[in-house]
Amino acid sequence: MNVLLPATVPEALDQLANDGTAVPIAGGTDLLVHWPVRVEAHERTYVDLSRLDSLRPLRWTADELLLGGLTTYWDVIRDDRASQEFPLLVDAARQVGAIQIQARGTWAGNIVNASPAADGVPVLMAYDAVVVLESRRGREEVPLDRFYSGYKEMKRRPDQLVVGIRLPRRRYSYQVFEKVGARRAQAIAKVGLAITRSGAGWRVVAASVAPTIRRCPAVERLLETGTPIASPEALRPALAQDVAPIDDIRSSAQYRTHVMARVLYHDLRDFWGKRA
Amino acid sequence: MAALSVSFTLNGSPVTVEIDPAHRLLDTLRYQLALTGTKEGCGEGECGACTVYLDGLPVNSCLIPTYQVRGHRVETIESLDPGALEPFERCGATQCGACTPGVVMTAWWIREHVELLRTHSIRELMAGNLCRCTGYDGIIDSVEEALGERGRGKGEG
Amino acid sequence: MKRREALAKLTGRERYVDDLPLQDFLWGMTVRSPAPRGRVTATRFGKDVDWSQFVVVDHRDIPGPNVVALIEQDQPVLAANYVRHVHEPVLLLAHPSRDSVRRAVRAVDVVIAPESPALDFRIAPAPDQIQYGPDNVLKHLQIVKGDVERALAQAPVVVSGTYETGAQEHVYLETQGMIAYLEGDVLVVKGSMQCPYYVLKALQQALARDETKVRVIQTPTGGGFGGKEEFPSHIALHAALLALKSGRPVKLIYDRGEDMAATTKRHPARVRHRTGLSRDGRLLAQDIEVVIDGGAYVTLSPVVLSRAIIHAAGPYACDHVRITGRAMFTNAVPFGAFRGFGAPQSQFAGERHMDVIARTLGVDAVELRRINLLRDGQTTATGQAIRDGTDRLAVLERALELSRYREKQPEHAAFNATHTTLRRGSGLSTFYHGAGFTGGGEVALKSRLRVAGRPDGGVEVLSANIEMGQGTVTVFTELAATRLGLEPEDVTIAEADTSRVPNSGPTVASRTTMIVGGLIERAADDLRRRVGLDDTARGGTVKQAIRRWHREHPGEPLLGEAAYEKPPGIAWDDKTYRGDAYGAFAWAAYVAEVEVDLRTCATRVIDFVAVQEVGKVLNPTLARGQVQGGVVQGIGWALMEECKWRDGAMANNQLTNYLIPTSDDVPSVRVAFLENPYPHGAGGAKGLGELPIDGPAPAILNAVARATGADPRAIPLTPEKLMELVDGQASVGAQQAAPLR
Repeated sequence: MNVLLPATVPEALDQLANDGTAVPIAGGTDLLVHWPVRVEAHERTYVDLSRLDSLRPLRWTADELLLGGLTTYWDVIRDDRASQEFPLLVDAARQVGAIQIQARGTWAGNIVNASPAADGVPVLMAYDAVVVLESRRGREEVPLDRFYSGYKEMKRRPDQLVVGIRLPRRRYSYQVFEKVGARRAQAIAKVGLAITRSGAGWRVVAASVAPTIRRCPAVERLLETGTPIASPEALRPALAQDVAPIDDIRSSAQYRTHVMARVLYHDLRDFWGKRA
Repeated sequence: MAALSVSFTLNGSPVTVEIDPAHRLLDTLRYQLALTGTKEGCGEGECGACTVYLDGLPVNSCLIPTYQVRGHRVETIESLDPGALEPFERCGATQCGACTPGVVMTAWWIREHVELLRTHSIRELMAGNLCRCTGYDGIIDSVEEALGERGRGKGEG
Repeated sequence: MKRREALAKLTGRERYVDDLPLQDFLWGMTVRSPAPRGRVTATRFGKDVDWSQFVVVDHRDIPGPNVVALIEQDQPVLAANYVRHVHEPVLLLAHPSRDSVRRAVRAVDVVIAPESPALDFRIAPAPDQIQYGPDNVLKHLQIVKGDVERALAQAPVVVSGTYETGAQEHVYLETQGMIAYLEGDVLVVKGSMQCPYYVLKALQQALARDETKVRVIQTPTGGGFGGKEEFPSHIALHAALLALKSGRPVKLIYDRGEDMAATTKRHPARVRHRTGLSRDGRLLAQDIEVVIDGGAYVTLSPVVLSRAIIHAAGPYACDHVRITGRAMFTNAVPFGAFRGFGAPQSQFAGERHMDVIARTLGVDAVELRRINLLRDGQTTATGQAIRDGTDRLAVLERALELSRYREKQPEHAAFNATHTTLRRGSGLSTFYHGAGFTGGGEVALKSRLRVAGRPDGGVEVLSANIEMGQGTVTVFTELAATRLGLEPEDVTIAEADTSRVPNSGPTVASRTTMIVGGLIERAADDLRRRVGLDDTARGGTVKQAIRRWHREHPGEPLLGEAAYEKPPGIAWDDKTYRGDAYGAFAWAAYVAEVEVDLRTCATRVIDFVAVQEVGKVLNPTLARGQVQGGVVQGIGWALMEECKWRDGAMANNQLTNYLIPTSDDVPSVRVAFLENPYPHGAGGAKGLGELPIDGPAPAILNAVARATGADPRAIPLTPEKLMELVDGQASVGAQQAAPLR
């Protein structure tokens, strides 16, 4: 096993540029799971990001909240302004694992792990997050809702590092995060939903019901156009366009579909049939 | 890859170890430094039996590569004052003891960060420490007792 | 008295097997079958490994018979040329580097010529799947009382139901592990275990060593729950074989995934009831069929089946009962002991069935139990007359009172009528658990125990019963100290080392306090007599007498002894399965209050009351802890602990995929005890350890049924399964659920 220990971001970018197979490691909460028995993982080269202190802090500007490339869930939970302006970030962060995971897991790591069941990504996407990538070739910014192209496929080149996540500061008239898991803590989502409404429109983001976390444009359209919806079943056609849940070790396609329809229907009871 | 030298502060004292870079902090603590109080229950960050403090926050040492603690502060169960653990004894916080060091680490941290209870319940904060013996009441009761003692001015400092 | 070893555990100083310092040792690991059934045609060792660096053990290295001693001699230490389940041990490897031995295990290819496995215990095996007897039945048992067929034919009402329980994984927080090494010509095996003498016997037999050449020592054990009753014998043998072959100490620790996949679990069960009743709910006939999945070897299935059928009819009076039990062979990883040992399975069925009966008859669920609960003088299914004087109705009443069961019914109805997505309900279960080994089992164990007088005047308790969190060390200390009027500091509990302690029997069956504790009391009395005192002598007098005895007999051991004696008036016939199954039953009534979110069909237990009569509570903190721990295990088993199977082995063998409750998933468990001292139990106590896991699952499902109108019959009742029931339900009588609006 090879581990590189860059002291600065440029050093890390050089290392990633020089070795396209190198794996950046931040909090380790995904990469180190079952580490001793995953002997093939020991054969790789890792770029340790933990010393890149400049990436840790989150920053508030007049227009944005900027999460750093190493900002943790706990950093956000402890930020008073985040609770007020981006409460879904705090809601989601509190439902990631438990305190021991929240203290180490990073938002950026959650993004690049690219799991369709991720907890951080849905709320970031519902807040119109933009992923900031750096490499030796320069800076690139990709809206999170265009970041994933397929199961575990994303718009990050191997030489790029996520150095920040930009969230526009807005007034939200409605926002909710629902994580349906098998228990209250330390659970992987069977269905995740992040919903926001602002001057920029509705965002309905779903997790664990498709190969990637994604917006649900058909459902958003129902909300934008004020289409009346009288029951969870009435949402099925839109869901069929937006998501494609599967049977897996955690749950079934049928359950996921039912749950998504019911949660959406009930959470948005006050909004169906009403145009903005 | 050759051994890496890692220097960090362990239970208040500086320490330097030569490690295999593939080692987790849990492995280094248990097998190299003979600090066997920290336990391995699952290897996947679910059970919390391996909880230590890293820069004052409770973390799963089974998910931390040892090379990442270079220059940081690590505290293990061995650093806690046994005299302060009387509420845990009295209220049935431990049965078989396998989860206990991790439980105590998290519980003690809650006691030292009482302001968290404005936004969190004890049960939510303890949810990363699985216990199969107690059903959790003994643990929660112990934390409440310890918090109460703190409020009554006992066990401070 | 506070738990004696609590501070050592709280500070991390208690040393479990993987914490012990060990010099110059090898890490052992197991190579396993990839297939559920077939002939081993080859074992191929990968080219990229220098095998000369490894110790390799196969069945040919076994000095004695290739059998792990237990009830039947059917399970090999290592598969020779045939395998019967996925993960069956085939080879053992050892190396100084744990990482190297992990890689080496992957580099061994065990090639199996597959044959057709039997993988569903509920369906009759195909002819080419018969692997045990003529029909794959590992054990068949029957209890008969009266004439059930006639009573059913005459009953005004007959209610039938089929109920199923899934497997359950122990998830002791300390995984299984052993250390083995030679001390001179004595093989020493140390590790996490419940029964040192079971391990000793297994080692003696398979290694062809006599008693003086094997020594087994139990290390502090991080949870057992039955999972470390018989499986440790396998690991002990594996570590020992590697140690004998290499001449070096060997440590063999299972990581969590391996432990979950390859070790025993609770027997899955299917139970069918046909119940005849009068119209007002009196039980007239109970016809019950219990089938359990034993997996690929007999292990303890006959005994699990026995306890399951003995408890299957519930704590009720009925004149006509027939209970038939079958344990089936399948090519699943063998199932084994788990707290409750058959009784949780059959009582889940019985208590859920009681509520189904109540709903069918239109009778109140509480009334139904009240009418039928055993009164003193009435007999159980095996014809045992219950005369313990326990007021079982008072146990029920206390549970109803503490839980506000009756008051909550209109509250729940109002809540359910107005809330758009949540539904609440309460459910109850009344149940019982017999402590100690069944029937003649305790007599057959011939348990012996010693209390030694130390030169300093204190005493040492020498027993093979171990501490695994349930409080053995503390209770044994209290019993010895109380008996002799000593302080706890004057009492030591000896390490469970077979070279020092007699065989006081296994730490199972809720027997440790009640039965083995009783041996402590009698051995203490014997010790007192040996130093010339009578039973009234206490405290300083006793200590002085012990010290004087040692001065007068320098270098000699002073040992008070006791051997198990059956309480008078207990008679059991193993052939007819009739008589007094247990010396004592503990009785309980539990109430669960649940809230179901109809959007997700997730069930939360929001309140739980556990009331039990256990003879005498010797240590309130320990006893409460046993109840709370057992209840939470029961909640997990009922709602979220689901084993997913592939080829008869656990596919979700990770704590992310096999979910046990966290602190945030369960309410505070409110516990109350009633006491009615049992004259033949230490200090008046009855066994308590397993009782608490018999009651939660049916109480929870009964609550869900009342909250939603659904009719669940199987556990785990996951949200997925409940959603299917809720969506598919027809309205049923008065329990129609308010629809999701």
